[in-house]
This record gives sequence, structure tokens and C-alpha cells, in this order.
Amino acid sequence: MKYEITIGIECHVQLATKTKLFSEVDNDARGKEPNSCVSPVDYALPGMLPRLNGEAIKFAIRAGKAMNCIINSYSRFDRKHYFYPDSPKGFQITQFYHPIIGEGYVELPSGKKVRIEHAHLEGDAGKLTHYDTYSLVDLNRVDTPLIEIVSMPDIHSAKDAHDYCKELWRLMCYAGVTNGDLYNGNMRFDVNTSLAPKGADELGTRTEVKNLNSFRSVERAVEYEIKRQAKLLDAGEKVIQETRGWNDAAGETTGQRSKEEAKDYRYMPEPDIPPVRLSDDFIKTEMEKVPMLPNDYREKFGGVIAEDTLEVLLDYPQLMRKLGELSDKSIKNIANLFSSVLLAEEKSTEMLEQLPTGKQLEDLSEMKEKGELSSTGMKEVFAKLFDPQMKVKDTRAVAKELNVIQENDTGALEAIVDSVIADPACAQAVADYKAGSEKVLGFLVGQVMKASRGKANPGAAQEILKKKLA
Amino acid sequence: MQIASKDVSAVDMVRAALDKAKKYADYNIFISLSEDAALNRAKEIDEKIAKGEKVGRLAGVPYACKDNFLSKQGATTAASKILEPLKAPLNATAIEKLEAEGAIMIGRVNLDAFAHGSSTENSYFGVTKNSTDMERVAGGSSGGSAVAVALDIVPFATGTDTGGSIRQPASFNGVYGIKPTYGTISRYGVVAMASSLDCVGFLARNTEDLNLLMEICAGQDPKDLTTLPDYYTKTEKKEPKKIGVIKDFDSDAIDPAIREVLRQKLSELKSDGYDIVDLEMPILKYALAVYYIICPAEVASNLSRYDGIRYGYRSEDAKNLDEIFGESRSDGYMKENKRRIMVGNFVLSSGFYDAYYLKAMKARTLIIQAFDDAFKKCDYILAPVSPNPAFRIGEKVNDPVAMYMEDILSVTLNLAGVPGVALPVGKTDSGLPLGLQLIGPRRSDKNLLDFAGKIGFKIDDKEGK
Repeated sequence: MKYEITIGIECHVQLATKTKLFSEVDNDARGKEPNSCVSPVDYALPGMLPRLNGEAIKFAIRAGKAMNCIINSYSRFDRKHYFYPDSPKGFQITQFYHPIIGEGYVELPSGKKVRIEHAHLEGDAGKLTHYDTYSLVDLNRVDTPLIEIVSMPDIHSAKDAHDYCKELWRLMCYAGVTNGDLYNGNMRFDVNTSLAPKGADELGTRTEVKNLNSFRSVERAVEYEIKRQAKLLDAGEKVIQETRGWNDAAGETTGQRSKEEAKDYRYMPEPDIPPVRLSDDFIKTEMEKVPMLPNDYREKFGGVIAEDTLEVLLDYPQLMRKLGELSDKSIKNIANLFSSVLLAEEKSTEMLEQLPTGKQLEDLSEMKEKGELSSTGMKEVFAKLFDPQMKVKDTRAVAKELNVIQENDTGALEAIVDSVIADPACAQAVADYKAGSEKVLGFLVGQVMKASRGKANPGAAQEILKKKLA
Repeated sequence: MQIASKDVSAVDMVRAALDKAKKYADYNIFISLSEDAALNRAKEIDEKIAKGEKVGRLAGVPYACKDNFLSKQGATTAASKILEPLKAPLNATAIEKLEAEGAIMIGRVNLDAFAHGSSTENSYFGVTKNSTDMERVAGGSSGGSAVAVALDIVPFATGTDTGGSIRQPASFNGVYGIKPTYGTISRYGVVAMASSLDCVGFLARNTEDLNLLMEICAGQDPKDLTTLPDYYTKTEKKEPKKIGVIKDFDSDAIDPAIREVLRQKLSELKSDGYDIVDLEMPILKYALAVYYIICPAEVASNLSRYDGIRYGYRSEDAKNLDEIFGESRSDGYMKENKRRIMVGNFVLSSGFYDAYYLKAMKARTLIIQAFDDAFKKCDYILAPVSPNPAFRIGEKVNDPVAMYMEDILSVTLNLAGVPGVALPVGKTDSGLPLGLQLIGPRRSDKNLLDFAGKIGFKIDDKEGK
């Protein structure tokens, strides 16, 4: 590639506050009738004034902390004007001049850092559904609190763009500020891409692909834009500064609006909301509420859990928190159960919400280590710990009920081994073994297992057999 | 003002007010009357009184509501076509508080559409006539409120003052009016004009009544983040000693009758033992320009919500989305509304913001400082409200700049957020009311009213003063 690729990303995160940013209406419109979560403030009845949701301010502080950002003790709201039916007031309330979240950075799993320019609070717009001759307006989403996170142009590949978005998503989920449901638009990405000849002093002309809602589409859109722009530049043509949309099915971007037609938003300070002044104590208290973040877990579990397993598990803050409750000796076993059993389950999303207790998991791992459970037995017990009837019992009781505790009692096991050796049906095998055929040992262990109805620890049975037949 | 009692029934008071409202129909004061609702409320109050139950401080008092307040009673027009009278699902906080004390709204009174104007000529429902001379304007934008009080239809009316809209019509009709300190009364439920300048206030026939209304309505409202915690009822009584006079206002641009009545008043005060302090406030010469940048900017923004989508007027001819917006707003707004929207959007547009809006905001800060400095030298300031008494209908309506000059003395208070009380002080030779305004520092409203009552005309005293 003879071009230097430069990417900057703006990300909108819907905050999972109880009520909306400027009114006291339910912020969670999932599964509700259109226009049922709308107050007179939201639909902009004359004379209505915005209130300010303190929880959104707290969430913004936590989000800022998760991105290593400065929190500005003084911030303010502005009006951004445009006419469209999704904007009842005729303007969006945002923070154009004095955002609440200042500079910071996000560290990618690769160790690369992407600087954050700032992040600001604003109200979301409503939703329009277009039909042949008319459109329907749903204002449920109006003034759902958003933070818009603006990165510096520190990203230089489609892969890093993907990783940045994913890490941002994880950070917001860990900080507990969003439901993080990408499919339903809880996080949306606008990606600015430009190409310039290697070594050039200035950046090339950029395009902005708006409203991407998956990491994969971010990566593909950037890949597409790089190819498209490189082709233009190769041919000596110019890239037009414009907004482009992403067609996921076709795998391509298409031009929507060029800079010449760009809107003038006529920003002005929001006179109905006084400036927000935060004390250092308030900021500190809120920051302290941010729990361990992905990087803290990478550090904590780095030597214990295999890196690829860890990266998979990091997508689930619940699992990380659960692992964090366990003693070092149990972490590896349980991490493997999480990745190989739980995440493979069809109902894994529901299961994540009802994880076994730390004690149950701790016991499970310990029984495995003691040889009381085989790998298969451990998985079986683990799966049963999600069963509504079983999950109230302790691990051993569950294992007993499943009848999977391995026989480790040497006395009892020796008796079984003796009976197998004495069994006429095994006489040939015993003779073969004694004659030097190691192969038949497996058959004999199998017989022991059978006689014990599967409860014998196969390793122990083998040892005893070897000793007795020596 | 009189409240209902065993001797005086609320029904009688309300009926009398309604009768007078109809008798003075030619003045075009009311946009709508709500006879049935008002009489029903009056009956309820009378029943309470009969049962010996407690009634409020305004029990049975009829009042006129400037038609830019939301109330579940009747419908709100803001004197515009575009609201296509709006049935509101809620009451403005001020209305809520008045009615909790037993006040009874008999109807909605006229204003310049969206309170844009100084004469009530910019109303979709026609012009309201001056209470002393039907050829002349009522002033504005609270023109209906002022005339309703001046003709004694009701003892008080609600008003809003963004750049003189209570004080100027009060002085054109010889009644009292208060524009409180910014943030004293909640703006919740009041159709917004310019948010950082809008003040809810009242017009009445004496300052005692205004004081009672202020006691009832002042205070913090969680629904309006710009309201101040109640200082009003906690005000300590303080008598002024020094009265300031702004020399910059004493120019040929002011009608001789007004200059004369001010001089007279000052010499009376001097002989009553008050110190008269001359104030130089040169920054005030920029006030009108500053006002006519900040106000239209906020107006343009606040009027964006009337787009024909969710409520209000939608053009029948609109064939697509742009036309719904464009045609509905073109038809629905008055000329003056559109003028302010144009100016406001211009001063906010990118490339012009710094030169106009930002600069105006800086000048506004200087105006605030100028008042802070002035009130180190004096307790109150006495000044004209407008450069002239009530002018003839049609005289200025096609000359926006002449009309804006009407506000040159009143807008400074809104920019600085300080309170002002308009008080009647005399009459021209031809009998037109002359008023002045008493200006005080922020939060001085209660003492200011008290003093205005002392030095103003006693309207209901047959002898005058």
C-alpha cells in the first residue's frame, strides 16, 4: 500500500439511565408501543423546559473514567438546530462548546493507544419509518441520553478500527453505562477514513460512513473505503468529502451528502439549562464506582487463562466478575468451562444472567482437582448448576444426584480391581498383560469402570491394576 | 382587591367581570372567554365558603390570562395562527399556583403573536385598543392584559416581559406592572419567546395586589431549572435613600411630557429627603442592538418546534416534508415572527456567530456589570419605560426599527436580569397615561414594589394623588 491510512471514529452510546436525559419518562422503550414513552417535554409542547437527569451526568463520569479521560468540572449544553420530524424541538440539545468529558485514551488489546479527543452528552433523536406515501414518527427514543465519543485520528487499519470499536463497547459495558445491545442501536459508529501518499505532511480528504452498528461492518466499511479511495487516487481523481452510507448486504458504501450541501446547525448555548458545575469530590466518588475494566482483567488473568480464551471471555463482564470472585487455583478450570460449555449453549445469554455462585464453582473446580470428577463429570455438573431446581443445592449434592463422583476410595477400588482380575472373562487379558501386552490394560480399566458403574477414577484404577499385575 | 366571602360571592364577582368583558368587546381585549368554566369554579368556591371551609388568598378573584400561558381551561393561541388553538394537557406553574389560591381565569387576552411586538398590532386576532383612546395602541406585547386591568374588568392579569412587554402596556394604560428578577417565577408552561430574557409577571391596579401575586407565584420550580429559590417572601424590609437617574436616557429622543414627569417626580423625591444620584451608563446605548441579536436568536430557536408535524397548523397544500415545514410556517406566522426568525437564524449561522451573537453576549455581560456598579451608588433607579406615550394604531407597524425603538429603555432590564416596576405617574395634556419604571438590583422586587406604590398614582382613589 503506497498510502497512509488515517481513521477517526465517532461513537454514540445510549446510556441505560432509568429516565430520559431531559424528562422523567421511562428511558427503556424496549417492547413498548410507539410514542408511549414520551412526555410533553419530549414532544416539545410549547412552554416545556428541559430538566437534567443527574444519573446521566454520573454515567458520563464513569464512561469518561473508563476511557482514562479528564472530567471537566464545568460543562454546558448547546442547541443544534435542524428541521426533521425526528427532532420535535427543531434542535438537538448537545454539548458543542463545553463537553463534560475531556481528553483521554483507549488501549487496544494489541497495546496500541487511540486518543480520545472529547466526549459529550446529548439527547438522541426519534425514529422514522418510511412507507410508500407516508412516514411514521416514533418519539420513544427522543432524548434518550447519549454520549458521543470522538477519537483522534489515531487508527491506521481496518483491523484496528474494528478493535477500537470493540474495546470501546467492552469499556462501556464494564463501566455499566449502557445495555450494549448493538443490534438495537445502543452503540453506533461513524467512521472517518482518509488516504494520503506515504510521507505526506497533510491528511487526505476524508469520507464519513455513518451509522454502523457492528464491529464487522466497521471493519468491512473501512476496507471498502480504503480500496475505493485508493482506486480514485491511483487514477489521479479526487476523493470528495462527503457522508456515505453502508449497505451491509452489498458490502459497499454509497454517497449521501457532500460537504457543499452540509447543514448549518446554528449552534447556540441552551438558555434553559444552567451550566453543570461538578465538585472534585463528586467526580471522584463517581469514578470510584467504576469496577475492574478489561485491561485490569488482562493483567489479573494474563498468566492463568490462555490469551485467546481470555479475549473471548472478556466480551462478557459478568464472567469476568465471576472469575474475579474465585481463588487462583479455580480460575483456569472455570474459565475453560465458561468458554467451552456456557458460551456454546444455545441459551447462553440467559445463562449469563444466572451464573452459579462463586462457592459452587470453587467446589466444582476443587472436586475436579481432587479427582472426584472427570472432565466430563465436571461439565455435566456445571451444566446442571443452571437448572432452576439444582442451582439451589451445593455442588457436591448436584454431583451426587448425577451420580458422577468418581470412586477414589482405594480400598473399595482395590476390591473392584480384584474382582475384575478374578473374573474368568478377563483371564485372557490378564494373561496377555502379564505376557507384556500393554494394550490390554485399557480393556481392563474399562472393565473396572463398568464394574464400578462409571464411578471409578480411571487413572486410579489403572495404577492399581498395574500394581496388582506387576 | 376583593376576595370572595360570605358577603361577596365569587359567582357575582366572576359574572360582573364577564359582563364587563362583553361590554368592552370593542376594545378587542379577549381572544376567548371561558364563561362556563369560570362560573363553575366560582360556584365551587362559594360552596366552600358556605360550608365554612378554608379558601385561598385569591378566592373567587377573576383574572385575565395573557394567551401565551398553558392551562387546561380553554385553549392557548399565543395570538398566532400556527398554534391552531392548542388544548393543553397541563397548567403553567404560575397558573397552577394562582388557581390553587382560588383565582378564576375568565378568559385569554390578546398579545402580539408569540409576544413579538410593542403594540398588540401583530396579533392574528386583531389589534387591542388603548383604554383611554381607542385610536391608539394598547402597547405590547401584554396589551390585552393592560387594557383589561385599566378598564377594571379584572383586578389583575398575567403578563410576560421579554423586553418591556409588561411595563410598556402598563404605562400606556396607566396601571402597575412588574417584571420580576429573572428566574423569580417559573416559565414552565409559558410559550417561550426568548428563554434567557423571558419573565412572568403581573399587571394590577396597585402594588399591594402585585405583592400578593408575587408572594403566591415566586419560588423555585423543579420544572424550570432557571428559577431561583424563593427569596421574595423572605425579603427584609428596606427603605431606599438614594434614587438614581440615568443621564444617558435624558435625551431629545424622549417625549417632552415624559421627561417632564420624570423631572417632576425626582424633585418631589428630593424634597421628600431622598438623594438623587446622576448615573452615567454609556454601555446602555448598545442595549437595543444587543437585545435585537440575542432575542431573535432565541426566538428563532424556540419557534423551531412549530413545524406542523405533531400539533398546530399544517398547510393543506403541502405535498412533501419540506413543504409541510415551509408552507405551514409561512402561513402560520405573522410578519414580525418571520422577521425575528430570519434575523435570529442569520446571527446564529456559521461564520456570523462570533461577530453577532458572541459579541452581543459579551456586551450583555458589560450591561450586567453597569447595573451592578450603578446599584453601588444608589438603591433604585427611576426611568422612563418608553420614549413616548401610547401612539396611534398603524403609526409604527410598518416601520420595524421605529417599533423596536419603543423598547430602547425597557430591554436593558431584561438583559441585566434586574426587576422593574411600571407605575402610573401622570397624564399628558390630552389625557394619555404617563408611566415610569422603578428599577432595582436583583432580588429587590418586594421592596421595589413597596416603594413604587408609595410614589405612584393611586388609581382607585377618586382624588388621585
